Amino acid sequence: MLDIRSLSLSIAGDHGALEILRNVSLTVGRGEAVGLVGESGSGKSMTLRSILRTEPRNATVTGSVTLEGVDLLTLAGEPLRMLRAHEVSMIAQNPHAVLNPVLPIGRYLAEGMHDAQGLSLKAARLRAGELLEQVGIDEVDRVLAAYPHQLSGGMLQRVVIAGAIAGKPKLMLADEPTTALDVTTQAEVMAILDDCRRELGMALLFVTHDLDLAAAVCDRINVMKDGEIVETGVPDQLRDHPAHPYTRELMESRPAGILWSPDATPAPTIAKGHDDFSY
Amino acid sequence: MTSPTDLTAGSPMITVTDLTKTFRTGKRVVAALDAVSLTVPAGSCLAVVGESGSGKTTLARIIVGLEKADSGTVAVAGRVVAARADRRELRRRARTIQMVFQDPQSSLNRRLPVHTAVDEVLRVHTDLGRAARRQRCEELFALVGLPARFLRALPEELSGGQRQRVAIARALAADPAVIVLDESVAALDVTVQGQILALLDDLRTAKGLTYLFITHDLSVVQLIADQIVVMRRGRIVERGATADVLGRPQHPYTQLLLACAPRPGWKPQRGVIRALRDEIAT
Amino acid sequence: MKRFVKRMGPLGMVAVGIVLVVVLGAVLAPVIAPYDPTVGSVTQRYLGPSAEHLLGTDQAGRDIFSRLLWGARSSLVGPLIVVVVTAVFGTVLALTSVWFGGLVDSFISRILDLLFAFPNLLLAMLAIVVFGSGLSTAALALAVAYIPYTARVIRSTALRERNLPYIRSPQLQGIAGPVITVRHLLPNVAPLIITGATINFGFAMIELAALSFLGLGVQPPQADWGLMVSNGQQSLQKGYPAESLLAGLCIVITVAALGYVGEKLGGRAAAGRKA
Repeated sequence: MLDIRSLSLSIAGDHGALEILRNVSLTVGRGEAVGLVGESGSGKSMTLRSILRTEPRNATVTGSVTLEGVDLLTLAGEPLRMLRAHEVSMIAQNPHAVLNPVLPIGRYLAEGMHDAQGLSLKAARLRAGELLEQVGIDEVDRVLAAYPHQLSGGMLQRVVIAGAIAGKPKLMLADEPTTALDVTTQAEVMAILDDCRRELGMALLFVTHDLDLAAAVCDRINVMKDGEIVETGVPDQLRDHPAHPYTRELMESRPAGILWSPDATPAPTIAKGHDDFSY
Repeated sequence: MTSPTDLTAGSPMITVTDLTKTFRTGKRVVAALDAVSLTVPAGSCLAVVGESGSGKTTLARIIVGLEKADSGTVAVAGRVVAARADRRELRRRARTIQMVFQDPQSSLNRRLPVHTAVDEVLRVHTDLGRAARRQRCEELFALVGLPARFLRALPEELSGGQRQRVAIARALAADPAVIVLDESVAALDVTVQGQILALLDDLRTAKGLTYLFITHDLSVVQLIADQIVVMRRGRIVERGATADVLGRPQHPYTQLLLACAPRPGWKPQRGVIRALRDEIAT
Repeated sequence: MKRFVKRMGPLGMVAVGIVLVVVLGAVLAPVIAPYDPTVGSVTQRYLGPSAEHLLGTDQAGRDIFSRLLWGARSSLVGPLIVVVVTAVFGTVLALTSVWFGGLVDSFISRILDLLFAFPNLLLAMLAIVVFGSGLSTAALALAVAYIPYTARVIRSTALRERNLPYIRSPQLQGIAGPVITVRHLLPNVAPLIITGATINFGFAMIELAALSFLGLGVQPPQADWGLMVSNGQQSLQKGYPAESLLAGLCIVITVAALGYVGEKLGGRAAAGRKA
């Protein structure tokens, strides 16, 4: 469904052209979740931006980015706007950058749907409530009336997801959506993202620096370094038989200790109240 | 300056007793620390683990002298440190306990070459002349794996990992017995994290240092900590040897943290998370 | 040097050139100016441009070219005084405010607010009424009026920097506040100070010229661009615009050039450090 072929992007700088992306090729099938894993400077964010056409203006782009047959790199103006409204949505790392601080959540969501799908404001309001339920928010009315600064990071990210799935897009791009969250909140938001995706049959391109996180929700993972994709595969295969030295390096930098897991053994007895161990 | 041999390995290097601190913002009162007590044996590495709001950063800042506790005491190398951290007290404390901050970008003055950060510490805590200081800078840089040519470099010419090495060299300059590391590898790439943690571990063994490592990342804990203390909302909920706590957690909050930690084969399970959260609430 | 040229760009280098020409003209006035700027002969009034008087003469028969050269001096010195005084006091107030925080910060901020409330020219005129007219009085009064602008900008940047680890770290070593402020904080606000100074220079030049125009700054028969604009009013009405026009042109070109240079210099600093 999404087919990126030989995508190369460079930016003219003070000392010659800077190559950000080099011959990047990847595919995302309908309803498939694909991960893009890399460290800082690998070009993973720029890949997403190229899909949405928000790359820097002075960038030179070659190659093709095809969504259901249409080459996105040739689009501009109205067709591009339609694309952003209906086909592809994106969630990014910082929800505060996306949510208008002077709008209550309900209005933000309703207006978004009104603009993009042409819903009446009343219908949009109702739908907003439904969406919030879908992302696991219990106190829907409270959140609809709240302003962004009154809600926690995890809550805001759920709102952003709600806004992103409102138009039932065919493809969702996620750029490190949980990096700024606490680990427990991250797990919840990832679970919600995974559930929503499956329910909607939505394809997902998930960008992160955490290989295990990607493995938790993705069917396939591309490993990226210095603007290139160095390896592609199923999570198990990458973990057990990494082919490329960089993938191996990523694997090896993780510790080998045993971490408790909820489904491993029956939960041990819980000590209540303050403990007073000392050593 | 306390040398590590003054205290036998294993005896308490840091002792925190009933430390309490509350923050008041307008009408809200937040208990950042609630009667927290812990001990860090000399030569070991204790990880303080928690999420945001757990109080772990406040704890570190009080121990180092950046904040003042409301009540409770902190003893370092056998001496109780004064609550009132004026300049003289800070200078004295800095000879024993130093800090490495989280963000490599902002922990160095971007307008000055990086050796000045180390040189400044040497100037305050030693009597060395200029040439001797220069030599000591070179030695410290070599110790943290930085070639001498980086001495004159500006921070922007260094990578994140290299800047953190400079920060570590700066922490070592005063020849302390204790180093407090506040999320010191969190801003680094995963592959670089491993290198820096390995460096820190080597230094600890070589110099008999004691580490207090504040982190939210369990893989960091596994790579460097002997013992771990888990904090939530200003309280310690569990403590023990790293392998024990991470392998057989007793408290539901620790279990929750572990259930949420990505690792090979991990999947986020809403049901489990909800159940553990409910258990904590009771 | 090469970086400087690059940052300025072609237009910027032209602007720098203009500023240099003006400064050179002012500095070398005693050497270059063909005539004494204050002496004129009634028989020579309103002469057009010629080989003897490059830009003609004014209504008192004084050589306009010489007056412009000499006038550059007071037109430059005045703003220089303003800018230096503003930079020094504005920076000191801002950094003191930021380092000590709390009551000190509140107190200083309230004083700055008070100064903000006064329109610059009004404050200058008030000072002149009290202390007498002249370039230095006008310049100092204007400087006082400008201080809050500089102080506010520096304060907000310094506030942000103060809590960063590279300031906290020396603090933890027990190094004294003033030392940290000068060694670490000051270099990081220096670009802002310089940009502010360049921009203030332009504003000061215009406002001092206005004061001279009103007869409150430089006094005749001294040569000064603002004064020349004022003096030349009658000549303008009689059909001899040279004095006012040329002096006015000098002011505009110098201020524009300086403003452009200031903006180019500050672009990087305003945007922050390199990634």
